[in-house]
Amino acid sequence: MTAHPDTHPNARTGTPADARPDAPPNVRLAARDLTLRYGDRVVSTRLTLDIPDGAFTAVVGPNGCGKSTLLRAFVRLLRPDSGHVGFDGREVGDYPAKALARLLGFLPQDPLAPEDIRVRQLVRRGRFPHRSLLGLWSPADEEAVEEAMAAAGVEDLADRPVQELSGGQRQRVWVAMVLAQRTPYLLLDEPTSFLDITHQYQLLALLSKLRDQGRTVIAVLHDINQACRFADHLVAVREGRVVAEGVPADIVDAALIKDVFDLPSLIVPDPVTGTPMVVPTLQGDRVEHPPPLPG
Amino acid sequence: MTDLLERPDTPSARAPRVRRGPRELRVGGLRAELRVVVLTVVLVVLVLGLALVGLCFGSSWATPREVFAVLFGPEYSVVIVEWRLARVTAALVFGAALGVAGAIFQNLTRNPMGSPDVIGLDTGSYTGALFAITVLAGTSGQRALASVVGGLAVAAAIHLLSSKGGFSGLRLVVIGIGVNAMMTAINSWIVLRAELEVAIAAVGWSAGSLNGVGWHHLWLPFSVIAVLLGLLVMRAHAVHQTSFGDAIAVTTGVSLNRLRLLMVLIGVGCTATVTAVAGPIAFIALAAPQIGRRLAGASGVPLLPAALTGAVLLLGADLIAQALLAPVALPVGVVSTAIGGCYLIWLLTREVRRA
Repeated sequence: MTAHPDTHPNARTGTPADARPDAPPNVRLAARDLTLRYGDRVVSTRLTLDIPDGAFTAVVGPNGCGKSTLLRAFVRLLRPDSGHVGFDGREVGDYPAKALARLLGFLPQDPLAPEDIRVRQLVRRGRFPHRSLLGLWSPADEEAVEEAMAAAGVEDLADRPVQELSGGQRQRVWVAMVLAQRTPYLLLDEPTSFLDITHQYQLLALLSKLRDQGRTVIAVLHDINQACRFADHLVAVREGRVVAEGVPADIVDAALIKDVFDLPSLIVPDPVTGTPMVVPTLQGDRVEHPPPLPG
Repeated sequence: MTDLLERPDTPSARAPRVRRGPRELRVGGLRAELRVVVLTVVLVVLVLGLALVGLCFGSSWATPREVFAVLFGPEYSVVIVEWRLARVTAALVFGAALGVAGAIFQNLTRNPMGSPDVIGLDTGSYTGALFAITVLAGTSGQRALASVVGGLAVAAAIHLLSSKGGFSGLRLVVIGIGVNAMMTAINSWIVLRAELEVAIAAVGWSAGSLNGVGWHHLWLPFSVIAVLLGLLVMRAHAVHQTSFGDAIAVTTGVSLNRLRLLMVLIGVGCTATVTAVAGPIAFIALAAPQIGRRLAGASGVPLLPAALTGAVLLLGADLIAQALLAPVALPVGVVSTAIGGCYLIWLLTREVRRA
């Protein structure tokens, strides 16, 4: 990412990549007045959210704030109690299952690999929504699988059993499976959890690259600084409602972090990218080096 | 930093490239692992071999040449065509149907114990069939229909009892075992209060038996099973996809609820159809899918190996049942229960050790 700060989406233009500064972002995926609940527990009430097309959207918030639930509602793993989730103006629940699966790819937080499955076999399963009733395998399927494995950097693991892989490798294999689905939209639920810091950044860089290639990426992230650094559009959620949304540089300040996470902090520019960086200030901390004022 | 982010694997960290993936066979758009193809061929040969033995074997042995002359040549033999061929074909088709039904329910419950004979679907179908015999006229059509209704009623009851607070395979199996015990008691009660000759017939049949099966019993169940298996083949890829767990199955385009319902109907349909003709043949549905899965080295519980293994098991068990106390033919269920019982004990000790 450091190599091209000028094309960085957050680089001062204040809008998602490719959009003109004053043009409203194009929206294909949106939630309107969404009320979600798990059993008796209401997770969100009357939530409204637009996902800018072609951008990297990060959803952040404290544990249990409903951000994963929101993502599951987008891919219709959870039926809304009331309200709507629409893609291109059509309710996601009204799409045929395979048609929706050709538009929205989803990676859950802790996906389950069948016993004894090998990497290539697993990635191939991502082609399911493209296959005919008899499931014949076409050269286009093969090409999509190879391309997805190359993009996620798992070609060399193709014949290894998934169970033998490290956490970072396994997560890339799952990303490859979702890529093989060739959906314009990718939704990922905390894709960096369980990864060490190197693999976290590798994965986020991969997602940025996919965004650069024209895909829309929506990821639930638990690290606010990573979200600020990689996302074009930040959505801060608390107790099932959207507290703020917009370009990280525009919306992230100490008041927002206090609101969302209950955490006093200083906001300094990231020395590498210039994006906002949250430095928590705990009780008793003395600010030794006050930050230069941004802008 | 740039290097780090550009290539996920630095060359030095890469494992030496050893190709040890499974070998594959491809014909057009079809693709299969070599191991599965070999296994399929071996099982088909085994089925045909056992079938040939089944055609030769009887109170008077026929040589394979005589059998071939009857099957493909000009000769005709009532014994071989009307009796033995019907029985052998029934064992083959019913074994495959039971194996498939077992694989379906083991996939649904994600539990090797979750097969129709363990969770009471066989006994429920048998209750339906007993009802048809004792209360209705007991024609084969009534028996088939009542078996399906009995099986579906048990499936619905288990579903209602176990679905509270989300779907859980283990809870379904445990409740199914309870339901199975209840249905067994009800069956005994029906037999006890039936007229004597009906009761005698019912008891002989209650272990699951192919004795006296003829072609006129078979055309209806064979057509039903053919339709059900045809439906299943069309949805086999979706079943395969569900081994990823619900979330990924749904988001890769499986209509999970519709698929589950269809699978339950196919599984119950296969079980009930077999039960209506041959009684509750236990343990084939339990053992065949798991044996097939291990032989195929596959992920999930694959359907084709389950079907072929089921056919081999039931054919083999029926041969043993006929030979063991010849000329008296045992009900095949006695043999399959004996074989399956050993397997069940092994499975339980293994599961308990793992838990």
